[in-house]
Amino acid sequence: MAEASHDVVHRHEPPKSFIRKYIFSLDHKVIGIQYILLALSAVIVGMIMSVLMRMNLSWPGTHWPIMGTLFPTGAPGGVMSAEFYLSLVTMHGTMMVFFVLTTAPQGGFGNYILPIQIGAEDMAFPFLNMMSFWVTFVGFIVLLLAIFAEGNATVGAWFTKLGASAWAGGSGTVGSIGGWTQYAPLSALGKVAGPGQGAGVTLWIISIAIFCVGSLLGALNFITTLLNMRTRGMSLMRMPLTCWAWFTTAVLALLSFPVLLAGGILLLLDRIAGTSFFIPGGEYVSGALIPNHAGGSPLLWQHLFWFFGHPEVYIAILPGMGATSHILSTFARKPIFGYRAMVFAIFAIGMLGFFVWGHHMFMSGMSPYSAVAFSILTLSIGVPSAIKTFNWIGTLWGAKIRFTTPMLFAIGFVSVFVAGGITGLVLGQTSLDFFFHDTYFVTAHFHLVMGVASIFGMFAATYFWFPKMFGRMMHEGMGKLHFWVTFVGVYAIFIPFHAMGMLGMPRRYSNFSEYEFLKNSHGLVLFVTVAAIVTVTIQLLFYFNFFWSMFKGKKASDNPWEATTLEWTTATPPPHDNFAGVVPTVYHGPYEFSVPGAPRDFIMQTEPEGVEVTAGLGETSGNGGNGHKH
Amino acid sequence: MAATVTNTDRVIDAAIGGGGPRSRGGNGFRKNGGGHHDGDDFRFSPARYRVGVWVAIASIVMLFTALSSAYVVRSASANDWTPLVLPKVLWLSSAFIVVSSITMEISRRSLKAQNNRGYRLWLTNTLMLGIGFVAAQLFAWRQLARQGVYMASNPHSSFFYLFTAAHGLHVLGGILALTYLLLRTRRKTDTVEGELKRVGAADAATVYWHFLDGLWICLFLLLFFWK
Repeated sequence: MAEASHDVVHRHEPPKSFIRKYIFSLDHKVIGIQYILLALSAVIVGMIMSVLMRMNLSWPGTHWPIMGTLFPTGAPGGVMSAEFYLSLVTMHGTMMVFFVLTTAPQGGFGNYILPIQIGAEDMAFPFLNMMSFWVTFVGFIVLLLAIFAEGNATVGAWFTKLGASAWAGGSGTVGSIGGWTQYAPLSALGKVAGPGQGAGVTLWIISIAIFCVGSLLGALNFITTLLNMRTRGMSLMRMPLTCWAWFTTAVLALLSFPVLLAGGILLLLDRIAGTSFFIPGGEYVSGALIPNHAGGSPLLWQHLFWFFGHPEVYIAILPGMGATSHILSTFARKPIFGYRAMVFAIFAIGMLGFFVWGHHMFMSGMSPYSAVAFSILTLSIGVPSAIKTFNWIGTLWGAKIRFTTPMLFAIGFVSVFVAGGITGLVLGQTSLDFFFHDTYFVTAHFHLVMGVASIFGMFAATYFWFPKMFGRMMHEGMGKLHFWVTFVGVYAIFIPFHAMGMLGMPRRYSNFSEYEFLKNSHGLVLFVTVAAIVTVTIQLLFYFNFFWSMFKGKKASDNPWEATTLEWTTATPPPHDNFAGVVPTVYHGPYEFSVPGAPRDFIMQTEPEGVEVTAGLGETSGNGGNGHKH
Repeated sequence: MAATVTNTDRVIDAAIGGGGPRSRGGNGFRKNGGGHHDGDDFRFSPARYRVGVWVAIASIVMLFTALSSAYVVRSASANDWTPLVLPKVLWLSSAFIVVSSITMEISRRSLKAQNNRGYRLWLTNTLMLGIGFVAAQLFAWRQLARQGVYMASNPHSSFFYLFTAAHGLHVLGGILALTYLLLRTRRKTDTVEGELKRVGAADAATVYWHFLDGLWICLFLLLFFWK
């Protein structure tokens, strides 16, 4: 059984029992898939909530009998209340930002792909990696509990029994109504601040605090792995751009999540321990004076939240940028344009992200001088972003592009990133932000540039790495249909959002029918709703394709895309220790496509220099000529 | 006792990516693995503990930076700040943790010099001082509570309880690490890899322990001498 070859250092046998293999697994590949499945579950909750919001906005006052049955308090007679709508907004945002956009790109694909791409057999600390997923999972369960604690009378009663106003539940909403930013002081007061502000907020804070801990464990692992576990020859400048993106993301997570954790602890103490970090004195809520609190600063919460919140949007988008760079180069059959510039740009975006949080607070009454400073720093992020965009276009320029599904989504990423990013230049200016603040223009901006773009990056990543993960190809026809409907669909949703914003339509309002100046825009609202329902429906095709291809898809070879990086040198799917005991050696940069004089149009990173490579197309090229054993 | 040791080891082995002895294949430790590694070790390198602990420290620093910023902002945002009288026992706990840093360093150097007895002795002393520190902190809480100063009494006391609790939790983590190292000394060390892991873990624990010491000094100064 033990191989005698001197290349084989030690093979790790996979664990035998089901629980150690699939549930509490230490294998980064299993953990990565667990993260992806978590995101696939959370995104369903988030999508259902967005459809409910659109239904309420388009047909206000309509009786939806099923809503009346499910939420007798929140939607009496089937008509959603304004608070119910607000809780949908809050939980949609929280689900999507934390449990979809933070888990899938980093915890999911990063976990699965990064160790293989740098030639490691696993993460540096597999036990912490496992803990990271399961802690995150507990956070997810607590967030679901927040939905039920407010939405369900029975569950709500359990929490109300805990006594304090901070734990009162059963308001009929689906969680808190404070939005994903959970601004103090309303989030710090408990039930008195409105329906959903009791157990809904308390559980929300606990869930996010748990999530912070899980993310920190993950970030610690990513950074250590990348610095310490690269295989021979894998210098920093030979790493695929995906690894740079995951690394930068991990640095952002490492430094920003502790700040949210600190804010969360303070907020929780204000709610349950009677402190006054965020609650000022003399506060009147719903006509009642808030007693026993004084001296707190609500702005402090905003600073702590956005110091985390801005890096967080880069945590969501950077892995998508990495995947896009990687996939564009692979299917353009050209080296990525300006590799070094791409590396510096991604790092610059990440680091600048720590100094711009104030642009979320232009309207908070901050000094105009600091607003100008934040504004200039914010606009300067346009420079590295433009470098990336032009380099992506430079990569595509004059290429013989292979229009596979992952490639379509990668090109789609560039498109929505530009479309959403350009409005960042509008919102980053204080004078314009005064007008656009809290309108649908903002909603359009961040959905396109951070929500849709990073999801496109993840779709590209899914179609691209699915064959490596599951040994089968995803169905191309279904994939392309999925791409085109989604691509047209998201623009049909979010381009009208800009127009609504310019009309002055405010965010988070549950009903526009009462406002004279918005009477004429009802057609737009309806159009967006239809587009949203179509776009959400087509995602079912993605889910079907995902699970159908797992069992019925075309068998994948070891390197179906003729790509160059290390994950394509090993078996499909990779063995437990990734390279079957062989230690790969890297001789080339990650994007050596169409090199003049080379026998094929791609050179694997492991191909020894100067050795004529004769292996046929589509076959694996082995590990630096050693072949591999599995 | 023996059972505990084996279980902990299994967890830690798993945590650092090593397999059990069985999975090490025919070649044993990779240094003997024949020309493949050129001495630079990426399969197992104790440096990962050192990198890992510094990365963890960076994130803990951010946590306390955020809380300290909140402290500074909050102290200036209203005139309800009533400074606490410094509980005398905090001088004792500060002394404990400063001395424990020194004993930890002696213990690490003993291990480096392959003086296992000295290592175990000074590690035990550090552990005792660490427990003494936590006890003294708890005693300070009790003293304040006796005087009727609680978490919600005023902003300074809120921050005092918060900082001591947050720092104390990290010290408890350090105490767990020291306990693990101490239990590990009872095991007959086997392979070169096992020995490397032990030294790496001891190094990392030392860095972390010094950090906890420094962090407490900063918090102590911030809480009682800054304003």
